[in-house]
Amino acid sequence: MVKRFGSFVAVDGIDFEVQPGEAFGFLGPNGAGKTSTMRMIGCVSPVTAGELRVLGMDPATHGPQIRARLGVVPQEDSLDLELTVRDNVAIYGRYFDLPRPLIKKRADELLAFVQLTDKRNDRVDDLSGGMKRRLTIARALISEPELMLLDEPTTGLDPQARHLVWERLYQLKRAGVTLVLTTHYMDEAEQLCDRLVIMDGGHIVAEGSPRDLIDRYSTREVIELRFADDEHRKAAAPTMAGVGRRREELADRVLVYTDAGEADADRLSALGVNPATVLIRRSSLEDVFLTLTGRTLDEE
Amino acid sequence: MSTPMPVRVVEHQAQVFRRFWRTTVVAYILSPLLFLVAMGKGLGGIIDQKSGPVGGVGYFEFVAPGLMLGAAMQGAVGESLWPVMAGQKWVRNFHAMVATPLRPVDVYMGVVSWATARVTIGASAFLAVAALLGAIPSAWAVLAIPAAALCGAAFASVVTAFTATQETDLKFPVIMRLGVMPLFLFSGTFFPVSQLPHVLRPVAAVSPLWHGVELARAATTGRFRLGPDLVHLAFLGALVAAGWLWGRRTFTRRLTQ
Repeated sequence: MVKRFGSFVAVDGIDFEVQPGEAFGFLGPNGAGKTSTMRMIGCVSPVTAGELRVLGMDPATHGPQIRARLGVVPQEDSLDLELTVRDNVAIYGRYFDLPRPLIKKRADELLAFVQLTDKRNDRVDDLSGGMKRRLTIARALISEPELMLLDEPTTGLDPQARHLVWERLYQLKRAGVTLVLTTHYMDEAEQLCDRLVIMDGGHIVAEGSPRDLIDRYSTREVIELRFADDEHRKAAAPTMAGVGRRREELADRVLVYTDAGEADADRLSALGVNPATVLIRRSSLEDVFLTLTGRTLDEE
Repeated sequence: MSTPMPVRVVEHQAQVFRRFWRTTVVAYILSPLLFLVAMGKGLGGIIDQKSGPVGGVGYFEFVAPGLMLGAAMQGAVGESLWPVMAGQKWVRNFHAMVATPLRPVDVYMGVVSWATARVTIGASAFLAVAALLGAIPSAWAVLAIPAAALCGAAFASVVTAFTATQETDLKFPVIMRLGVMPLFLFSGTFFPVSQLPHVLRPVAAVSPLWHGVELARAATTGRFRLGPDLVHLAFLGALVAAGWLWGRRTFTRRLTQ
């Protein structure tokens, strides 16, 4: 499917399928077309060209019926700042026309689920970023959706708040809810997604499970070398050429892709390469992205 | 049976309103009291001595429906500017609504309905205060409430549609000062439009407020004129319909791109 805004092409012909019960991710940098894709799946943005079916229905003709079965966590908070935490969840339930006694019961359960029971009578304005995120998730769950759409669910959160959100999302996944999420954090994609696509410039550049993608597009391990200055780095370059499978020169460090990190690091040191710091780590989706696009995920 | 979608939006607006309804109700009573005493009793006393009846009634009776509809217009326009901008841009709760079964047109209709409901409550309070002060000679005056509601709906439907085309609130004060204020002054509210210079009379004829005031005044004084009153009703009804056609498009464009 394709999404154009005037002459700007946000999504340039992508093709994907999500199975029920799956956790599916769109990984990519800002501007890759992830949010546009999510908005089309959420039936709030018409497809410019191509075909999209959500829960077997066409968003162009069955938007309200599809949205009745979705739970949406948008990238930008859209909570009612003037209402209390509890009322935010309750009024959202009314948009789905749920009966009030049912809303009351579910709202209490959901606030417990996202650990906001103590805050239920506070105004949303006073909540921290992490709490607002959790409240948005609780709100999206009021209608017991079959499919959750989460656009950058943990962007801007501190590590502790992120882990809490991840933990809640695992629980939903275990309960059989289909999760579709976007992220530009590779650890988030690795932790949560059964399967993901990597997007760049409106295209899908790769698809698979996190493990698959790493096996396919990267080596087992990576040696990260940081040099004291450019002079050292330039001097070391010819020596490093024969070591590892591939080398990637970034602004602040050099990455050597290898199947044997320890051994190759020892070889480098024996050859007289003398960086300020050496780090050996397992390959990640970040490396997959770098291999595929030549850029890191946080570059604009 | 399911709740109509726009009603669910009205429920939201009412929920927010519950947080500050006390101050609003005080304003609904105090504001007419101040205006009616100053304009009706104070100024009206002098006018009645100097000129005799205005439009066939005492000035107090003349100006009361004008002030009532002026308040309805200001309430409707105010409710259609900043709160709508907040919903679409600042707080973004309209975006939360369209992620659910609600459609942009439901949000639009809910917002306009709520503005109309508030105008109706305000107009009822106004009429009650005016009646207590003795400005309402006819029992037909209860019909001035639906007249105020219709006039409010006309303003709300057009202005709400307009607000969805705006990226910022920069133009809003201009609308209040150069749109709403002149209408308030020259729509047969404080004096009959026959007092206006000839060139300005056609302008009054297209003022929605003038049509509303004429209807309300017919009710509060019990002096109906079938032909002109039907024209007033049709004019205001047409505005509501035009606003709806426009708002359906501007809300869809704003909330689903």
